Amino acid sequence: MVHTLKDGWATPAALSIPKEGYFEKEEGRYGPVFPQTPANYGFSVIAKVKPGKEQAIRDYGKTIEEAVKASPDVLAPLKLHYLRWVLFDVGSGLHFMYQGIFDTDFDKYIEDAVALFNATGITTVFVNLEGWPEDWRTNVNAVISFFREHHCPSFLEYGEYPYVSADEVKKALKLKEAFTEMLDQMQ
Amino acid sequence: MLELEDIQHYLLTRPNASIAQYNFMTFRTAAGGRKWINALTDIVGTARAVMAANESDMRWISLAFTFEGLRRLGLDEASLATFPEPFRQGMAARASILGDTGIHHPDHWEDNITSKDLHAVVILFAKDKEERKRCVTRHDAYLKDNPDVQILSSLLLEAVPPYDYVHEHFGYRDRLTTPVIEGMGIEPTPGSPKASKPGEFFLGYPDETGLIPDQPRPEILSRNGSFLAYRKMREHVGAFREFLRANGKTEEEQELVAAKLMGRWRKTGAPLVLSPERDDRALGFDDRRNNNFDYEKMDPHGYACPIGAHIRRMNVRDTRVSRIMDRRLIIRRGGTYGPYLPDDAPDDGANRGIAVFAGCADLSRQFEFLISVWANDPEFEALNENDPFAGSVNGAFEMTIPKRPIKKKVKGLNAFTTVTGGAYFFLPGIRALKYLATLK
Repeated sequence: MVHTLKDGWATPAALSIPKEGYFEKEEGRYGPVFPQTPANYGFSVIAKVKPGKEQAIRDYGKTIEEAVKASPDVLAPLKLHYLRWVLFDVGSGLHFMYQGIFDTDFDKYIEDAVALFNATGITTVFVNLEGWPEDWRTNVNAVISFFREHHCPSFLEYGEYPYVSADEVKKALKLKEAFTEMLDQMQ
Repeated sequence: MLELEDIQHYLLTRPNASIAQYNFMTFRTAAGGRKWINALTDIVGTARAVMAANESDMRWISLAFTFEGLRRLGLDEASLATFPEPFRQGMAARASILGDTGIHHPDHWEDNITSKDLHAVVILFAKDKEERKRCVTRHDAYLKDNPDVQILSSLLLEAVPPYDYVHEHFGYRDRLTTPVIEGMGIEPTPGSPKASKPGEFFLGYPDETGLIPDQPRPEILSRNGSFLAYRKMREHVGAFREFLRANGKTEEEQELVAAKLMGRWRKTGAPLVLSPERDDRALGFDDRRNNNFDYEKMDPHGYACPIGAHIRRMNVRDTRVSRIMDRRLIIRRGGTYGPYLPDDAPDDGANRGIAVFAGCADLSRQFEFLISVWANDPEFEALNENDPFAGSVNGAFEMTIPKRPIKKKVKGLNAFTTVTGGAYFFLPGIRALKYLATLK
């Protein structure tokens, strides 16, 4: 189902989600598909950090920053809005949370994601997490299982401008730019 | 380097055949199945032998097995469990993933193809009709002596006229792009992807990651093997021609609409990106030019080749859409079945279409991705439509054609194609065939 502007981008919407993370079980290539919500698709991968690896993970923030600076469209195939990387400890040891919001079901382009993670060095962050498969280089299925097993589905998602894709946002801003340019030329 | 003397020729060469037959087989006993493999292995064409072929070669044979087939032959459960999940489940069980719903659902598939008793396929390519008949008669005679092996169903494939170019029933020229494998001494044509690592198509070799992925066990069985996704699609030629007439007043307009659906001109294969206004025969038949284009720079908005055109969905050529395009390739083999429908004839209701095998090393990453995402995902490039040919359209067909000042929609009452069969097979190497024939 593609949600379009006519579905009411101007009306904020919230959606509560069952514990399993989906309403009806719909099989994808690697397991049940998580549905689109007013906040589009997304994942929240949470895993425990191996002892003494906090700084290694923090340092990779810079690596990713440089990778995107060098090649701004490096993550384009993932159809992302935002990524958030968080380290936290609520008394049960240091945990890492990798939260992404994007416009396509994660399963669809999961091999692209793993390839991109390898290419940009993101994968090397994951080796600092407990449960990361040791054979990740040759066993994509194990990597995919790791993501699925460590994903904590939301029970509520909200969108101020629901179902709008990053492409639509960019098109709207481009139009605004074009109109501004047009008005400038009319002076 | 590929072990050409052990790899079946099927994905590496295209023999000079004019006719083909697929026999879908069932083994009533393990012993019968092993005996059958043993009887046929010596005439299975290896890549080495078929590449060295000469004019006297008359027929080419390939053998492949379903998961149930490997189990029936006596492969132990521990080994069976090492095969990838899509293969273990079979294509029919993956219907909802692939988009095979409604009229495309496996409940409606033909040729007994969803039977649990489907264990193997023997693919025969023959130079001419007489040779096909000779081979089929001989195989039938052999089966009389080995009643534990039976034919579940057969499909005859023949080219349709006009014979001066390879095409399917809608009239689209075919075989314009095929992956090239590193080390085979063939240079990709300009604009084509670079030569693929052998591991993208054959098990036991490094793939595009530079590493050898984990393989099914035992190694003697998996090495030099490939997975095949079989797909039979009925083509509704009358509905297709009606659609062209409804969306184009003149013959020229109809040809343009046909080209917009495919991304290439029907009779020559000339790409729309390079020749958007009219067909160009010289361009279509020039292999140095007919793949030498991209979309990102040359046609970003799809004014020449629509974003939803078949070739633009199935081979995106655009790193913005996929970073790992060289990991989504398949080698396609097959042809047309059913009678030719002359241009001026009304639809006679006959069953006609294509029946193809897509070869790859990873059914999920390669074949299933192509069908479920690039062909069938309505969210693909926010089009809210399916691939006009490879997609599973239920109900009315609609496609967006970018055009200035505003885009145009072409509409049809029904899908042009219906999925009418499918199965996953494992195509083993020669040593693996011998291993299967001697299982205890």
